[in-house]
Amino acid sequence: MQQLPIGATKMLSTVKPLLAETAAETKITARGVSVFYGEKQALFDVDVDIPKNSVMAFIGPSGCGKSTFLRCINRMNDTIPIARTEGTITIDGRDIDDPELDVVELRARVGMVFQKPNPFPKSIYENVAYGPRIHGLANSKSELDGIVENSLRRAGLMKEVHDRMNEPGTGLSGGQQQRLCIARAIATSPDVMLMDEPCSALDPIATARVEELIDELRESLTIIIVTHSMQQAARVSQRTAFFHLGKLVEESETTTMFRNPSDQRTQDYITGRFG
Amino acid sequence: MTEISADPIRVTHNWGSNEARRRVKARYTADRRLQFYGIAAIGTAMALLAVLFTSLIHAGIAAFTTTKVELDIFLDPAQIDREKPAKANYRKLVRGAFKSYFPDVKSRSQERQLYGIMSNGADYILRDYVVGNTDKIGQTVKILVPVSDPFDQLYKRIIPRRIDALSIDRIALFNALRQQGVLSVVDGSGVVRTTVYVDPGKVPSEGGLEAADYDAMVKEGLRSLFLKEYSRSYEEIVSDAAAGKLKALVAADPSLVGKTIDVDLPLAANYDNLLQTGQATMRNPRFSSDDEFVWFDSLEARGLIANPFSWELFFNADSRFPELAGLMGALSGSFLALLVCFLLSFPIGIATAVYLEEFAPKNRITDIIEVNINNLAAVPSVVFGLLGLALFLNTFGMPRSAPLVGGMVLALMTLPTIIVATRAALKAVPPSIREAALGVGASKQQVTMHHVLPLAMPGILTGTIIGLAQALGETAPLLLIGMNAFIPSIENIGLTQPAMALPTQIFSWADSPERGFVSRTSAAILVLLGFLIVMNLIAVYLRSKLERKW
Repeated sequence: MQQLPIGATKMLSTVKPLLAETAAETKITARGVSVFYGEKQALFDVDVDIPKNSVMAFIGPSGCGKSTFLRCINRMNDTIPIARTEGTITIDGRDIDDPELDVVELRARVGMVFQKPNPFPKSIYENVAYGPRIHGLANSKSELDGIVENSLRRAGLMKEVHDRMNEPGTGLSGGQQQRLCIARAIATSPDVMLMDEPCSALDPIATARVEELIDELRESLTIIIVTHSMQQAARVSQRTAFFHLGKLVEESETTTMFRNPSDQRTQDYITGRFG
Repeated sequence: MTEISADPIRVTHNWGSNEARRRVKARYTADRRLQFYGIAAIGTAMALLAVLFTSLIHAGIAAFTTTKVELDIFLDPAQIDREKPAKANYRKLVRGAFKSYFPDVKSRSQERQLYGIMSNGADYILRDYVVGNTDKIGQTVKILVPVSDPFDQLYKRIIPRRIDALSIDRIALFNALRQQGVLSVVDGSGVVRTTVYVDPGKVPSEGGLEAADYDAMVKEGLRSLFLKEYSRSYEEIVSDAAAGKLKALVAADPSLVGKTIDVDLPLAANYDNLLQTGQATMRNPRFSSDDEFVWFDSLEARGLIANPFSWELFFNADSRFPELAGLMGALSGSFLALLVCFLLSFPIGIATAVYLEEFAPKNRITDIIEVNINNLAAVPSVVFGLLGLALFLNTFGMPRSAPLVGGMVLALMTLPTIIVATRAALKAVPPSIREAALGVGASKQQVTMHHVLPLAMPGILTGTIIGLAQALGETAPLLLIGMNAFIPSIENIGLTQPAMALPTQIFSWADSPERGFVSRTSAAILVLLGFLIVMNLIAVYLRSKLERKW
């Protein structure tokens, strides 16, 4: 085993012990996924299996294609006119490019949280209720109230906002806004949650709360998190994938990745030689 | 990590050197200069605006009051039928009441001049009053009726009683004669000495000296005084008595025929005054006699003249008489046209902009459409007027002068403004909001309708109001479709009824010769500006009220 810097070893001590059922069933399978923005190829032939009810972290330097791949999973790249995707991604064995599959339904079932907290400029209640409402998930006002409350509770925000549900969501602090966005995403009861650097705009305390939340949500959700922070990847994820220059370099259990990377580029990145 | 001091590119710089200090000073000077230019530009703009407003208010303020004369009228039940109060001869009643102030006035021509002090519309004002207050029949009522325009202007000190009788070039002519030394005062009256050839050719064989054309001889003679500047105006310098004087001279001494003689011809009255008193004034030709001044002064002295706020300016229809003309027709026409314009351009403009911005594929066709819409905003409005004339009036046979057509033409003009403003507002909605909505599974249409459009609404409304404000002030297209009709009644207001709009009303008043329309024009411009300011304030208010922070 190669000698890691002291910081990296210390970091690993915070990694959660792996669950016994790590070899659980696969939730998402990607085969030969390539993405082109016009002439430029941003992602090269990515193959990866993402296990159910676990957290997978995508790490890598800026512009390595990790966000691009994340956005493939709920077909957000379709909204960019010049983007073109090749290869197949299946969720629960179902091809997401299946013309039978409604992309709107896909996005409701694959929640997404963005880098910058982006609550709608509406009330806290409306922010969470919006998704269930447009998908017709609630048959009555009380049912909708229940969904909103439950989502806020699961996002750990209920205590802080229960007495100001009608105030604008944009009035919350950055960390609260991001948890509101998570509540909004889980309100449509997705089984996959995509998080694109959810903590990069937050302070350390807010980051810690979001990380705790991710750990709780893992029990019922498959979470994919893109992060720049290797400590965060080590803290929250069970498996980690390292992207570099549009290619998936290495994918393994998080402990293995940080203790004993098989690729020299991974080694260089996690020890801080580039990135 | 490389050592910074070892960097060969790095040069040492002395921030304390004179050179460096000079540069700092120069930078501050440049900053101040730029600031000065900005302040100077704003100052100039504000000064010009102040001049505009001052001159408009100065000219227009007079139109906000109307000079009125108080009449005591006995509403004689013998003359007014209670059942049909509108049918009575109100002219007779009004004139009788006014005449009673001046028992001395007897002759018909004097009476006519006297009634000229009152507005022509006085009888209608009394009629409307009686129709509205039938219970007053049989009583004596005091009502205020406007005075006619010249007296209104006289009371407001806008026109003088007497004006200069001679124009500047006539006075120059006179001064030229004075320098020649041919003008003098003989026996208390001014004369001009000129050489006259008593032309035998102008003495006809029949009638002899009695029928000779002395007038022509005088004119010939006067011409000799003005060899350099030939002008017909020299003829009026002598009075009508000049020919008579020549005739008397020749009659007294027939041997003068065929000779050239020097004669003193009497000056015309204005030139005589100018010679003897140094100035020549005459009664303002808007008044027909000096008696009118006496009567008006006596009314004023008796406290019967008042100058109250002119509600007529806002609530009357147009009129040939400035003291009765109001803006009601123009205001209602403008309102209806703007309503049509808004109802057409707002939905069409927003739908176009939303489609182009949010849904349309980016290709050559949408590029061409986009460029053309931007160019439409620069098309002169008169072209839209021509289009309306050719298409709406001629091809579709829609009614002439109607607010409906006016609104449609204005909508054509407003559309590009609304489309451009809406697209800008849609572009300004941050992409994070769209992503958030897409992320929870909203469809493209839901993203647009639930999130993007509401967030863009303040910008859209601002653009719309600015477009409508432009439309409100637009004159040329309305002139072309005939929305400058003369509408003296506000009874028939409707989308397809002939109407006029505020700017065309201003245009038509500005074109009218009566003095009262000068101030009415400025007042109408002030009203128009007032509406524009109000609309812009609404736009500012909406922008600050509806704008959400994110």
